[in-house]
Amino acid sequence: MEEQKINKNEWPLWEVFIRSKAGLDHKHAGSLHAADAQMAMENARDVYTRRMEGVSIWVVESKYIHASDPAEAESLYDPANDKIYRHPTFYNLPDEVKYM
Amino acid sequence: MNPNSTPDSYRDPIPNSTMELLTYTLQLADNALIIGHRISEWCGHGPVLEQDIALTNTSLDHLGRARSLYQYAAEQFNKLPVEKKTEIFSSVALQNLVSTAVQVQEDDLAYLRDGWDFKNVLLLEQPNIDWAYTIARSFFYDAFNFLLFSGLLKSKDETLSAIAEKSLKEVTYHLRWSSEWVIRLGDGTEESHSRMQKAIDELWMFTGELFVADDTEKVMAQQGIGIDPLSLQDAWMAIVKSVFGEANINIPAGAWMQQGGKEGRHTEQLGYILAELQFMQRAYPGMEW
Repeated sequence: MEEQKINKNEWPLWEVFIRSKAGLDHKHAGSLHAADAQMAMENARDVYTRRMEGVSIWVVESKYIHASDPAEAESLYDPANDKIYRHPTFYNLPDEVKYM
Repeated sequence: MNPNSTPDSYRDPIPNSTMELLTYTLQLADNALIIGHRISEWCGHGPVLEQDIALTNTSLDHLGRARSLYQYAAEQFNKLPVEKKTEIFSSVALQNLVSTAVQVQEDDLAYLRDGWDFKNVLLLEQPNIDWAYTIARSFFYDAFNFLLFSGLLKSKDETLSAIAEKSLKEVTYHLRWSSEWVIRLGDGTEESHSRMQKAIDELWMFTGELFVADDTEKVMAQQGIGIDPLSLQDAWMAIVKSVFGEANINIPAGAWMQQGGKEGRHTEQLGYILAELQFMQRAYPGMEW
């Protein structure tokens, strides 16, 4: 990842993940600035849960997220294009099995 | 008030304490409106986007509580006999409205009363000045509010108890937020520490009033409707000491306390707030947008 220029006067950037209700996954909600984890948590509560969006918050400093390189997209993702047998659609489900 | 009265008597409006309940409701409402307005002045001026939103949320919590309380106060006011209605407020604009025999609304109580009819404590009308003053004012009040609404949950007045239940959740977060900032600034850099300490020192003289019960509060506490604020002082001091300990902030030595807000004697600051808050409704009565 490209080295980011960090403004010394600015708090670090954090990524916010919100779980909308118990049992569901945490989903990326956005990002914000905060001086530390506790402030990031409170800021996330104030910025991203004002309209009852969540029941649980994760925050992680953005610099700890490692992202894939868009330039490698072809080699990473295209090979999956013609491999439909990887989808679990070729099984005959017995009638007794519900909710699949 | 009769100490032998049965619990049943609380269900009916109690004639002798009707005025006290109205005044008590207005005290709570005015506190909520004035701190809500003060904090709302930060909207669009917060030091960072995230805190701008945090403060605006908090302001709306206070204003929401103010609305519930003014609605309840208006309901009580409208049931009063006419002679009582003309007795309780001296503000001309509100008296004019009363003389037309219309029912007053929550907005009338917020916009048409003059400074001397406002019952808020002096602490809450003090100006924002800077982040440290804003935090100090909120912290002192949030700690008090947290204890007050914890107590009001058990109020014999169902409406106040319901408002307390909703408010307590909000206030618990307010206290967490303002305590956090007192610690962050107090235990931060040399500059942040000295500015936090200065704000605490200067606002300290307004904290005593929170715990001095006026006649209204005494009657309400005796009837199990309100809380005697004096009974909250030790717990409040414990919260303050614990947060100050973590923040390396000293408890100010000054023991002289300013008071008068509960009786309508305010600092000059309230006038500026009301001028801004009430101008539109005074200049264009009944205006909506």
